[in-house]
Amino acid sequence: MIWLALMMLLSGPAWAEEARPLGDDPVVEARLKTLAVELRCLVCQNQTLADSNAPLAEDLRREVRAMIVKNMSDQEIIEFLVSRYGDFVLYRPPLKLTTTVLWVGPFVLLAVGAIALVVALKRRGQKVADAAITEEEHRRVEQLLSEGVKRS
Amino acid sequence: MSRFLLPLTIFAVVVGFLAVGLTLNPREIPSPLVGKAAPDFSLPQLHEQDKVFSPKDLAGQVWLLNFWASWCSGCKTEHPVLMQIANSGAVPIYGMDYKDQRDEALTWLNRWGNPYPIVGVDLVGRVGIDYGVYGVPETYVIDKQGVIRYKQIGPVTEEALAKTILPLVKELQAQ
Amino acid sequence: MIPEIGHFALILALCVALVQGILPIYGAAIDNAALMSVAKPAARLQFLLVLTAFGCLAYAFAAMDFSVLYVAATSNSQLPLHYRLAAIWGAHEGSLLLWTLILTIWMFAVTLFSAHLPEATRSRILGVMGLVSVGFLLFMLTVSNPFERLIPAAPDGRDLNPLLQDPGMVIHPPMLYMGYVGFSVAFAFAIAALLGGNLDAAWARWSRPWTTVAWCFLTVGIAMGSGWAYYELGWGGWWFWDPVENASFMPWLAGTALVHSLAVTDKRGGFKVWTVLLAIMAFSLSLLGTFLVRSGVLTSVHAFATDPKRGLFILAFLAIVIGGSLALYAWRAPRVGLGGSFAMVSREGMLLANNVLLVAAMGSVLLGTLYPLFLDALDLGKISVGPPYFDSVFVPLMVPALFLMGIGPLAQWKKASVPDLAQRLKWAFGVSVVSAITLPIVMGNWTPMLSLGLLLAIWIVTTALVTLRERLMHITGSSVMERLASVPRSYWGMLVAHCGIAVFIVGVTMVKGFETEKDVRMNVGETTTIGNYTFRFDGAHDVKGPNYTAARGTFSVSRDGREITVLYPEKRRYPVQNQIMTEAAIDTGLLRDLYVSLGEPLDDGAWSVRLYHKPFIDWIWGGCFIMAVGGVLAISDRRYRPAWRRETQEAPAAVETARRKYA
Repeated sequence: MIWLALMMLLSGPAWAEEARPLGDDPVVEARLKTLAVELRCLVCQNQTLADSNAPLAEDLRREVRAMIVKNMSDQEIIEFLVSRYGDFVLYRPPLKLTTTVLWVGPFVLLAVGAIALVVALKRRGQKVADAAITEEEHRRVEQLLSEGVKRS
Repeated sequence: MSRFLLPLTIFAVVVGFLAVGLTLNPREIPSPLVGKAAPDFSLPQLHEQDKVFSPKDLAGQVWLLNFWASWCSGCKTEHPVLMQIANSGAVPIYGMDYKDQRDEALTWLNRWGNPYPIVGVDLVGRVGIDYGVYGVPETYVIDKQGVIRYKQIGPVTEEALAKTILPLVKELQAQ
Repeated sequence: MIPEIGHFALILALCVALVQGILPIYGAAIDNAALMSVAKPAARLQFLLVLTAFGCLAYAFAAMDFSVLYVAATSNSQLPLHYRLAAIWGAHEGSLLLWTLILTIWMFAVTLFSAHLPEATRSRILGVMGLVSVGFLLFMLTVSNPFERLIPAAPDGRDLNPLLQDPGMVIHPPMLYMGYVGFSVAFAFAIAALLGGNLDAAWARWSRPWTTVAWCFLTVGIAMGSGWAYYELGWGGWWFWDPVENASFMPWLAGTALVHSLAVTDKRGGFKVWTVLLAIMAFSLSLLGTFLVRSGVLTSVHAFATDPKRGLFILAFLAIVIGGSLALYAWRAPRVGLGGSFAMVSREGMLLANNVLLVAAMGSVLLGTLYPLFLDALDLGKISVGPPYFDSVFVPLMVPALFLMGIGPLAQWKKASVPDLAQRLKWAFGVSVVSAITLPIVMGNWTPMLSLGLLLAIWIVTTALVTLRERLMHITGSSVMERLASVPRSYWGMLVAHCGIAVFIVGVTMVKGFETEKDVRMNVGETTTIGNYTFRFDGAHDVKGPNYTAARGTFSVSRDGREITVLYPEKRRYPVQNQIMTEAAIDTGLLRDLYVSLGEPLDDGAWSVRLYHKPFIDWIWGGCFIMAVGGVLAISDRRYRPAWRRETQEAPAAVETARRKYA
């Protein structure tokens, strides 16, 4: 092995040949990749089909590759997998009744937060507006806290 | 309700879910195939290679399809339970030798006993994919119309057999 | 013998923690100086005891004492010493001990830097931390004892998971825990203030440096974890939105919100109720993360081996600590005053808007992480929530936050005007938009995401420059240097931390936009080109490591015919656990990383090889470190130094009167 490596090293440039891609068809491989990064390897802890080396992941990649070669659409390929393994294989959960909260939640949260902030600030503005003394008291706190700076 | 109680309320709900979560197994994925027709296949048999094994031949009876392999440790665990079912004659268990070497599979069955009337050979795991197998052993209960009614993920335990599989089988056989 | 000493030290620590958790808090309630004075020595003693226990465990690892179950389970005689020591926190029990040790380190630090605090406040703070410690010590002593004996002793250990045999693993968990546990100080300050009813501006001033330090550690800890995943897991990814990653990210988001909210409370005395809630939240999320990692409710790459008893214990602990503090919050918060006034468009307003965005983002991460569990618990099916979900939800929430980040520092406190801000920022905006559109075109790949990312990064940097320029104009001083020096450190800290975010965004954007990868079959002597770099495979040969054997590939990398570097990726086999590890070889550069990992050996000396060209990827971690540097600058500000004085005790009284008047 080392021998071989040395020989190659010595005769390096003359041998330099472009390495072949692993997949036969780069277009198919590229599509496989974009599909596989959104699919979950079922037997692994938490890995995509693209990253996993588990035997089942290899089988499924082979299956998906075959479907790509057959010119099936992404939708059809995903349906093939979902009909066998359920939504669990999808890292992008499909929008349905049970996942509405998941997909809408973050934006509802933001909207509620924004409204709450505006309401709180408005209400607060009314309450605090005439409370000038609070401001004065606060300045005293600031003064007390900062006296040390001057002294030190 | 005071708005200051809101965080506590949300937290209480989350804790409730987490408590339920502790009793669940996140790695067990329910099969969408339950309630659907068992996928058809036609595979060579393990013992008599020139004969084929197909679910069509089993129409009209309730049967179990058990995916196993000689390399799988969980299969060894469930094996006594399968032998027990086979000996009782409650329901036939058909085997599917999943991604295995033929001679090793035969040796395994000779050594531990063969609960299966027929074993199919799924050499590349293609039928396994159709059945949504993600880790052997997995066992399917199939009814007289050829519909999958239940899937046992992992070894068939005494408990699963007594509480779920046998009652279901009885019910299906009575239909 | 030594392990028994460790075990005994833990039992003593539990007793001390109980005393520390009960007497001072009670003493503060009945105003008994003798009881309150217990807090400080108890905290220090507890620190020494836990340190002793930690030392005993370290000794057991160093001496390869395989009669200790935990040592036998996580190390091996072949494992080099530095990894044996890192194995202390390589699994559940030991990492829990590290957690507790760090908690007591923080306690010890509080006893050192709290001379200026009123006695009652300090007693309550240390008391609360003592109670948290009680939970963890009990947890260890009941269901996760690291000193449990294995009789008869194992002839050899089962080894540390090879994934963790890495320099990154030596330092990542302590950093992360310093952050997680560091939030316990802010938490204890908040609970102490709620208990004592003295939630005021001085409280915010005291909490700020502690929170910032914890935040810095957490930032660095997360960055190191991400870096570790990048080079150790072998697929070139740096963030997977895995539940365990999310568990560390949620406290970070809450902590970041807290750092900003404390600024409002400190400056304006306002939104105390909210700030206190954030302080509780940041630490609660740290605890939640601990639960998620150790209970087995979620599947993750990093999760510890699980045990339902442990899950139940932490859940009960979680319910008591978080539930208790939220109940206290619900009871006390309504009586807290409002503080000074400010307009909606003002620095305060923007800091709070930033809070809303950060908390919404945190909520989304929480929702996405727990949603599969929710559905499963309701028997509504199993789903996976992964990177595609988080990317599509997180980005829209972060974009406005990052946009605000540019404006906020320029807005006046109390009241700012929109036309005025627009006037001052028009140049920064113009420059950002123009360069964000043209840069990707120049680089030859225009995509909306690429432009958006660059827009935000350039916006943050240009607005920071505008801010600095304005600041300098207001300062009278002869030379530029003098003027630069008179800008407060905390201000520099903010600018630097924000620029860290910009650097981070550049990293993420450029990697996503321009990275290329290749999966090839390489025979000896064959070449392949990726991103202008030509890799020649010079063969693979076997090498022997201290506790593994490996096939080491040799790749000569050249650009324009000139050799740049030689990379040696390895495929290692660790015989003890019979694990195969892919050790990628990376040539790190300021502008790009070259990443090679060996796949499988094919026939006649050929290998399947995966290559990546990742432009600007190191900016991701660089940005995080810059953020942390910003945090360090901020706490070195002199305004925090007077806080070590006694006189501040008078301050609460002043606010107290105001509070009573207007509550």
